[in-house]
Amino acid sequence: MPLIRYTLALMALMVLPARADTVTDFTLDNGMQVVVIEDHRAPVVVHMVWYRVGAADEPAGHSGIAHFLEHLMFKGTDEVGPGELSEIVQANGGSDNAFTSWDYTAYFQRVAADRLGLMMKLEADRMADLRLAPEDVETERDVILEERNQRTENSAGALFSEQSRAAQYLNHPYGIPIIGWKHKMQTLSKADALAFYRTYYAPNNAVLVVAGDVTPDGVRDLAEQYYGVLAPSADLPVRARPQEPPQLAERRLTFDDPRVAQPYVMRTYLAPERDPGGQETAAALTYLAELLGGEGATSFLGEKLQFENQTALYTSAFYDGLSLDDTTFGVVAVPAPGVTLQGVETALDDALQSFLETGVDPVLFASLKAQLGAAEIYARDNIQGLARRYGQALTSGLTVADVQAWPEVLQAVTPQDVMAAARMVLNRDHAVTGWLERPQADVVEVTQ
Amino acid sequence: MIRFALSLALAVMLALPARAAVDIQQVTSPGGVDAWLVESHEIPFVALEIRFRGGASLDAPDRRGAINLMTALLEEGAGDMDARAFARARDGLAASFGFDVSSDALSVSAKMLTENRDQAVALLRQALVAPRFDPDAIERVRGQVVSGIRSDAKDPNAIASQKFREMAFGTHPYALPISGTEEQVAALTRDDLLAAQARVIARDRLYVSAVGDITAEELGGLLDTLFADLPPTGAPMPGPADYTLGGGVTVVPFDTPQAVAVFGQRGMARDDPDFFAAYVMNQVLGAGGFDSRLMDEVRAKRGLTYGVYSYLYPMDHAALVMGQVASANARIAEAIGVIRAEWLRMADEGVTEKELEAVKTYLTGAYPLRFDGNGPIARIMISMQMEGLGPDYIATRNDKIMAVTLEDVRRVAHELLTPEALHFVVVGRPQGLETTN
Repeated sequence: MPLIRYTLALMALMVLPARADTVTDFTLDNGMQVVVIEDHRAPVVVHMVWYRVGAADEPAGHSGIAHFLEHLMFKGTDEVGPGELSEIVQANGGSDNAFTSWDYTAYFQRVAADRLGLMMKLEADRMADLRLAPEDVETERDVILEERNQRTENSAGALFSEQSRAAQYLNHPYGIPIIGWKHKMQTLSKADALAFYRTYYAPNNAVLVVAGDVTPDGVRDLAEQYYGVLAPSADLPVRARPQEPPQLAERRLTFDDPRVAQPYVMRTYLAPERDPGGQETAAALTYLAELLGGEGATSFLGEKLQFENQTALYTSAFYDGLSLDDTTFGVVAVPAPGVTLQGVETALDDALQSFLETGVDPVLFASLKAQLGAAEIYARDNIQGLARRYGQALTSGLTVADVQAWPEVLQAVTPQDVMAAARMVLNRDHAVTGWLERPQADVVEVTQ
Repeated sequence: MIRFALSLALAVMLALPARAAVDIQQVTSPGGVDAWLVESHEIPFVALEIRFRGGASLDAPDRRGAINLMTALLEEGAGDMDARAFARARDGLAASFGFDVSSDALSVSAKMLTENRDQAVALLRQALVAPRFDPDAIERVRGQVVSGIRSDAKDPNAIASQKFREMAFGTHPYALPISGTEEQVAALTRDDLLAAQARVIARDRLYVSAVGDITAEELGGLLDTLFADLPPTGAPMPGPADYTLGGGVTVVPFDTPQAVAVFGQRGMARDDPDFFAAYVMNQVLGAGGFDSRLMDEVRAKRGLTYGVYSYLYPMDHAALVMGQVASANARIAEAIGVIRAEWLRMADEGVTEKELEAVKTYLTGAYPLRFDGNGPIARIMISMQMEGLGPDYIATRNDKIMAVTLEDVRRVAHELLTPEALHFVVVGRPQGLETTN
């Protein structure tokens, strides 16, 4: 009876096309790419500069230098003192921060729209004129070590993910943590940071994204004034990281930690990413993740493991196609009380096999397609999210056209595409299967 | 350098803070339900925020955890739909419903497309008035809640926060984890969940805000559909929570490389006439991102942490000033020493003229930037209602910040901050720190 009602609802749901008319892009003479996203609902602007460099571009043996440099970028220039940039942003009612990933490093401010020129002046200044005092470098190294303590060392799950990722990539630097291996972080120097800065921080290696209450002409004038005068780098390295060889054998690991409260199984498979002009496979994998492990009450793994045989408390599948090189497709299963990790892994594999045999539920597929269309409507409420979408894509090898085509590529996916992608990606020779658990001695103690 | 600084100063002085242009309508439905509305027809959806005051603090004394489990089950089957049918119906409409509960409120955050809003509202209504609490759903969600309780028992942040509340609030519901203990959750029955629903989900404690593609008349109909059939009254609110914790250190031994410290003392009520002075004071002390004294002294100057902050924490039945820091076991004692010194310096000296001006410029400039989307505006409006503020607050809030004087901050810092009463709960193997008393 409910089935009929929601099928009608699906038919009524119109999928609106993404509105590309609010986005403008152009390139300055020095090679700096600019994207402007207009939203005039509030007098706010988000100003972001994204560099096409991240942890996967680090020189061998210097893991963590991209992220360390991101911290040091707040330590002053020839014109602005240490910490002063953030003070100026705050004095103007704004907030600022930065983030580093394997493929990009980005700096942003959120501020009243009439302060955009000032933000550009500050950001252009530190693109060219970073000045580092030795004592600031020493102190900030302690800060990033405490950041690693907080994010990774204090979390059994984070350590487990780090080990798992290192096993996933045999040759590509995606296997090295963004924040760096601890013993390498302890050796990072001012000279390392400045060498990385001089190599990669230049207008022709940067993307400016401005979103909010602005016009393309207004942004262009300011960008030419502040960024346009910077000299491009003549010798930017070609962005070619060591690629993966054929992966021929599944890797398995068991991570024991007394801090584990809830054991679980995680498996990641090497998977293709979104490529310029070729996003179809990634789009199919996006559906596959949702169909297998999106909403627990309707996904395939949720139905099988949480509702039918009740071997799992929780299941999930994840995939993010925004990546310059090969990414991963992952599944997670948290065993129900009384079920072993082997038991839930077997149930997981049985369910995956069953999915490959039975195929896509057409009603669920249609519902997902409509939801992905609606997500574009909801996404327009968040200018910072839209700005991130462009910045991330343009530093991960994609073009503005690819970003704008993505919603249509998603709408064009068929159930056959999804099954073809599933058969391609769910190959255990390309996978890492990990168990996170308490040490056996502990388990004996707490068994009821 | 000097020219640059001068031009920056000019930029600050010439540009007045933007004004938040938010036109709030106070709507009363034909059935008598009140709500705040901002119409915004640019994007074809509406963001809806719903609160029921009291939240998990309305648990019956011997049924801790019932309201938390009940809240988690609201979307696990309602009316003639089981959990899976409900999820399919919601996803088929591309609507999103988020149910959550805290110490002071049960919250529902919803987003609905204009094109199928009536169907989405009808579905949400089922979750609020006719949740099923099916036995299999109860067992499934009970397992998830217990898993969360076990995870919290191994998470230094959760351990520290819970230990602090337990020591601070004695026998008040605020002292207890809202999810209950494993034993309490195991004992809950379907009748307990029905009773929990009746205690919280009632008209006499309801607050609603809506922002987006909807008119006042349409909202009136929506309100009656959603809420007309709710019971008129729920359980009485708990009384005030007496703060019973003195100053000192409590160490909770836990094997992990980085110690986590949660610290706090008695705070200030949201409706206190000095609240804005206290708010400005804390902005300088520990809330100001990279700019605060705590971040400057503990992180920037000494590299002792990745993050340290303090915040005013006014609740419905108590008020605290709280903070948090994390440092390697060998360095946490030094971090705590620096925080104590800053607490004392602020209590003794207040803030400088320069700090006061910088904070005022920041707070007044940042305020209008918060109103940048349907979702954010709906959340701001629901907080204002819960805090007893009127719609005109938005227009006058910056004036209240600007009216705070140096002397106000000095006096309030001196009265509010009591370094000898500041208590640190430290989870880890901190070197050079022991539990006091």
